Amino acid sequence: MEALTAIVIGVLTAAAVYLMLARNFMRFLFGLILLSNAANLTIFASGRMTKGAPALVPYGADTPVGVVANALPQALVLTAIVIGFGLLAFALALAFEVYRRLHSVDTDEMRYAEPKEDATK
Amino acid sequence: MSWVLVLPIAVPFATAVVAYLARNYAAGRWISLAGSGLSLVVSAVLMVAVLNEGVIAAQMSNWRAPFGITLVADYLSAVMVVITAITGLATAIYALGEIPEETERLGFYALFQVLIAGVTGAFLTGDLFNLYVWFEVMLIASFSLLVIGGGKDRLDAGIKYVALNLVSTLIFLSGIGLLYGVTGTLNMADLRQAVAQAENQGLITVIAMMFMVGFGVKAAVFPLFFWLPASYHTPYFAISAVFAGLLTKVGVYALMRMFTLVFVGDVGFTHEILLWVSVLTMFTGVIGAAAQSDFRKILSFHIISQIGYMTLGLALFTPLALVGGVFYLVHHIIVKANLFFVAGLAQQYAGSTDLNRIGGLYKSAPLLAALFIIPAFSLAGFPPLSGFWAKYLIVKAALEIDAWFIAFVSLLVGLLTIFSMTKIWGMAFWKPHPDGIDPTPDRAPARVTRAMIVPIAGLAAMTIVIGFYPEPFVQFATTAAAQLLDPTDYVTTVLGVQP
Repeated sequence: MEALTAIVIGVLTAAAVYLMLARNFMRFLFGLILLSNAANLTIFASGRMTKGAPALVPYGADTPVGVVANALPQALVLTAIVIGFGLLAFALALAFEVYRRLHSVDTDEMRYAEPKEDATK
Repeated sequence: MSWVLVLPIAVPFATAVVAYLARNYAAGRWISLAGSGLSLVVSAVLMVAVLNEGVIAAQMSNWRAPFGITLVADYLSAVMVVITAITGLATAIYALGEIPEETERLGFYALFQVLIAGVTGAFLTGDLFNLYVWFEVMLIASFSLLVIGGGKDRLDAGIKYVALNLVSTLIFLSGIGLLYGVTGTLNMADLRQAVAQAENQGLITVIAMMFMVGFGVKAAVFPLFFWLPASYHTPYFAISAVFAGLLTKVGVYALMRMFTLVFVGDVGFTHEILLWVSVLTMFTGVIGAAAQSDFRKILSFHIISQIGYMTLGLALFTPLALVGGVFYLVHHIIVKANLFFVAGLAQQYAGSTDLNRIGGLYKSAPLLAALFIIPAFSLAGFPPLSGFWAKYLIVKAALEIDAWFIAFVSLLVGLLTIFSMTKIWGMAFWKPHPDGIDPTPDRAPARVTRAMIVPIAGLAAMTIVIGFYPEPFVQFATTAAAQLLDPTDYVTTVLGVQP
């Protein structure tokens, strides 16, 4: 299971890097979404994968009974997903506003904050 | 005890909520100002507590140390929190003059306070995943502050800033995941031991490099700094000052923390890389600045160049070098934020930040000229200003271990910094205004000048005080560096504190 997850993470990262090399900002963002999922899976997998029961403590006991899954990475991933979602929502809104105002999502054409490449000094 | 550590984070958050609710009224900006003042008070209380008791720590929600989230303050954290509060207060005053009402209505002050809360949280947390969360708090606030107020250049800058910072965050996050996989803990104090005991030291070094890249993007070191000069010259001056002062320093702080506390197993490899990265950062930054002719772009490149000195202090990894690094960190926040403030006031008077289109400020606004000289020459390292002592410590540390070349580059970069500062001086202050106008202070409303000159004068006064009376600050930095090099206190305080 861990080997399979590792391969999935690798494929996701490779696809993400490919997409992020594009000039189109939307493709970059899609790459970023894949990369953020790869990071989340990394955290999830590093808590070790067990075929255990959910980490719930039975009523009246102090510790969970038997083999249970590691709950901490799940909590971390959940946090990371929520944060990542917020950031991506902002990035998408920014991309939309950029498209509306600058009429392009091609990063090569975005030279408003810096001089044009062939500008005379 | 724990409220001392919680309040510096909680006050800005509470201020943000109230300021947001009052964003449509003039009260909003005064609430922000009062909140920043209160932040400074609670940070001072924290500083006093740290000075009296050494390292202090608190466990959130009474979860014991390696399991729950720990807030911890040693000398370095405490001084960073105080300096954050000072910068926050200066910016809150400056913003009164600069920020237009329609931007206030968009919730400017709430975002600003959230940014300060995020920065403070990053300085105080003792948990790696929590550090990631604070980074994100800081990032989302900084994204919004960068593009707030609109304008094509801001959107363009926003795209580059957002894109590169998100990538760095993901590298950082993956590093956290892998480190947890190897060690099974995320508490920084606990990690020190766990990392030292890990079987696969090669993997630890790989993870250390992931952290170095992740934090390196935030700190804007040599091959990773491109987002900074692409974006820092576009937002409101208050915002670029607070970004310039604080945001990159959070990256430097995180590097200092992780590479003294956790990743010290392979210093010959990791710190050697950081050493050459620092040298290249210093040099490329200052060369980049020489090619620019915009007030804020020159300053942006100088942020990069100065970051090199701080990471150099870490990379040399001797007690004296770390003293220099810590001293540099504090001195630079004050000076750099102040220079951006000056740029904002110069624009109010002369009408632009493009050095080719302004001039005559020396004759028409002599007070501003005097207030520019102080941080500018401090930045370049002129005695007796604060920057001289910072550079002196770093160069002396380099000479102590016979690193002649590194000492030479540091001094050369100082010289080139003078070149840039005299360029600004010559073009903005000495030469007559190209449009033949007189850039006197009357050209801005008196209200604007008042709000802007107060923080500039205050920070300049601090620069002078540190410059003429450096002994207590160096003493403080010495203790901070000693705590970094021997974090026994830090570790025992964090792991020993019972809820």
